[in-house]
Amino acid sequence: MTSETGGGAPSAAQAKTERLLNLVLVLLYTRRPLPKAQIRRLVPQYDTGASAEAFERMFERDKDELRELGIPLVTEDIDVLWEDEPGYRIHQRDYALPDIAFEPDELAVLGLASRTWAQASLAGPAAQALRKLRAAGVERDEGALIGIEPRLRTAEPAFDVVKDAVLRRVRLRFGYRRPEAAEVTERHVRPWSLVSWHGRWYLNAWDEDREAPRVFRLSRITGPVRTVGRAGAFEVPADHEAEVMTRAVAAPPTQPSPAVLRVRRGAGHALRRRARTVGEVDELWSLVDLDYGDLDAFAEEVAGYGADVVAEQPPELVDAVVARLRGALVAHGGGEG
Amino acid sequence: MPPAAQETATARLTRLLTMVPWLVNRQGIDVTRAAADLGVSTEQLEADLQLLFLCGYGQMPDELIEADWEGGRVFVGNADSIARPLRLGVDEAVTLIVGLRALREVPGLDERDAVDRALAKLESAAGDAAAPADRVRAEVAEGGSAELLARARRAIAGQRRVHLRYVVPARDEATERDVDPMRVVGIDGQWYLEGWCHRAEDTRLFRMDRVEELEVLDVDGTPPPQATERDLSEGTFRPAADDVSVLLHLLPGATWVSDYYAVDSVEEVPADEGGGRRVRLRTADTAWLRRLLWRLGGRGVVLEPADVVAEVREGAAAALDGYGAAGRS
Repeated sequence: MTSETGGGAPSAAQAKTERLLNLVLVLLYTRRPLPKAQIRRLVPQYDTGASAEAFERMFERDKDELRELGIPLVTEDIDVLWEDEPGYRIHQRDYALPDIAFEPDELAVLGLASRTWAQASLAGPAAQALRKLRAAGVERDEGALIGIEPRLRTAEPAFDVVKDAVLRRVRLRFGYRRPEAAEVTERHVRPWSLVSWHGRWYLNAWDEDREAPRVFRLSRITGPVRTVGRAGAFEVPADHEAEVMTRAVAAPPTQPSPAVLRVRRGAGHALRRRARTVGEVDELWSLVDLDYGDLDAFAEEVAGYGADVVAEQPPELVDAVVARLRGALVAHGGGEG
Repeated sequence: MPPAAQETATARLTRLLTMVPWLVNRQGIDVTRAAADLGVSTEQLEADLQLLFLCGYGQMPDELIEADWEGGRVFVGNADSIARPLRLGVDEAVTLIVGLRALREVPGLDERDAVDRALAKLESAAGDAAAPADRVRAEVAEGGSAELLARARRAIAGQRRVHLRYVVPARDEATERDVDPMRVVGIDGQWYLEGWCHRAEDTRLFRMDRVEELEVLDVDGTPPPQATERDLSEGTFRPAADDVSVLLHLLPGATWVSDYYAVDSVEEVPADEGGGRRVRLRTADTAWLRRLLWRLGGRGVVLEPADVVAEVREGAAAALDGYGAAGRS
């Protein structure tokens, strides 16, 4: 493709933009549906001596592309007497964004909502949406909402395809690697919803092979994501609750259990913050009393403190911590093996 | 998002249909300012105006769009039919609606009422395009108390220095420091306070859930001129050139580590060599790495350098001494 800038002949992309813009202007301006022949005369890029057939093909494609952009191009009967010839137009009332007056503080939060996506693949649409809402001329209120910057990132390569499929309700197939499985399995799903939770994106979907709902972490999708079939191919269950489903899988709820730890003075800060009670044993050690949820996760945390924290109670916690420390010791060439 | 050379015809059309109403309502705006606000170069804006000038609802001179940017001021006329923006597309409506809903959940946000009003107006204006937004949910960040977040924001607004008591779990340290706060950022699921740290004499990101105390001081908190906000487009991790390079074998059960931490390289390990992944990462500080390896309990193994291998081994042995006979087994 040639460059669009510079003085020479306009590039193909430039000519196409002109053609589409002229088409939009002609169809918005008209007070009655226009037959194809007249459109061809009014849009100079159509009237280039191309065959009637070439024009037909181009016009069909242009119509589809405008509709794809959300431009409400409609087909209407021109006249009862001419009912076999359809006419085309765009109604201003369907085209234009309704007149909405936003207060300055509302524009400020809309600006913040838009900038939330500034580092994501949706940065373009987010900025464009804001520009549309601000077209009427109200300038942003720079003073409001100073100092706070929520940011969503979409670093996962699968994000864009999955997002489009969720929004348009298109079935998907993709390779997925479960956390501890070596092999990638192909999954066929109906994508229900997309959730960002704790900095990661999750897809809630109906797994067609397993005939059950499943939650997929986008970062574990490997290879290309392919769409299957057309938009609107399925309904999302009315009682589907996106966040509830993701959280139930990503962080299953656990019952708290009590633990007692011996923690070196000046250490274990994060543990002390969560403690129910902290008692001083001597100059070296404190006794910390707290609740934990998941035994394995908590044993990992305690093992991470090395010699600064010793698990005292319950015995299963002691065993789990010791097992981890021994594992690390042996893996790095220590102990009897 | 500067439109790249490969901007498609349809992408450019959408951009032009948004640009025209914006310019129509800002007759006489300076070319440079308009380009900056529209997120394009001045050359691009001039090329766009040149194109508009050739288009119309007919090809007679009085049917064409008027576009004039002589003398550095932009005027656009005879564009009544596209003087209002096109309705919001699905992606456009979804970004703002999801963003506003996420904002509602920001702890300690005083503007919740404005968020609700904006959301109601936006949803009615977006019409059908708003419905799919129900299928995208985003939580910006959690953690950190609403009170501390609100206090941090007040300090930024009033340009006051703050005193922090801050816990660094990776090194298990509690530190005290004075900070000139710059912004509160929610990214990758966490809230951070970014500011000029007088202890480090550098800008630092402080995770709000690790701030034990935040006191707003009656001292001017204007950050020094050398304090610059960090580019967070690649996340909060920032490796430095003098970091130690570490080679790790993550066995099945520990491969999540390579999804969770920024790594330089990842290589799959065949099953007959134990499976999992071999990863290389850089770190300024091996204390957190030792802690990570104790946690992994042998499912993560340092292959090099040798001194880090020894640190992990000796630390694990010392920790097991705390369990007496049970630890020695």
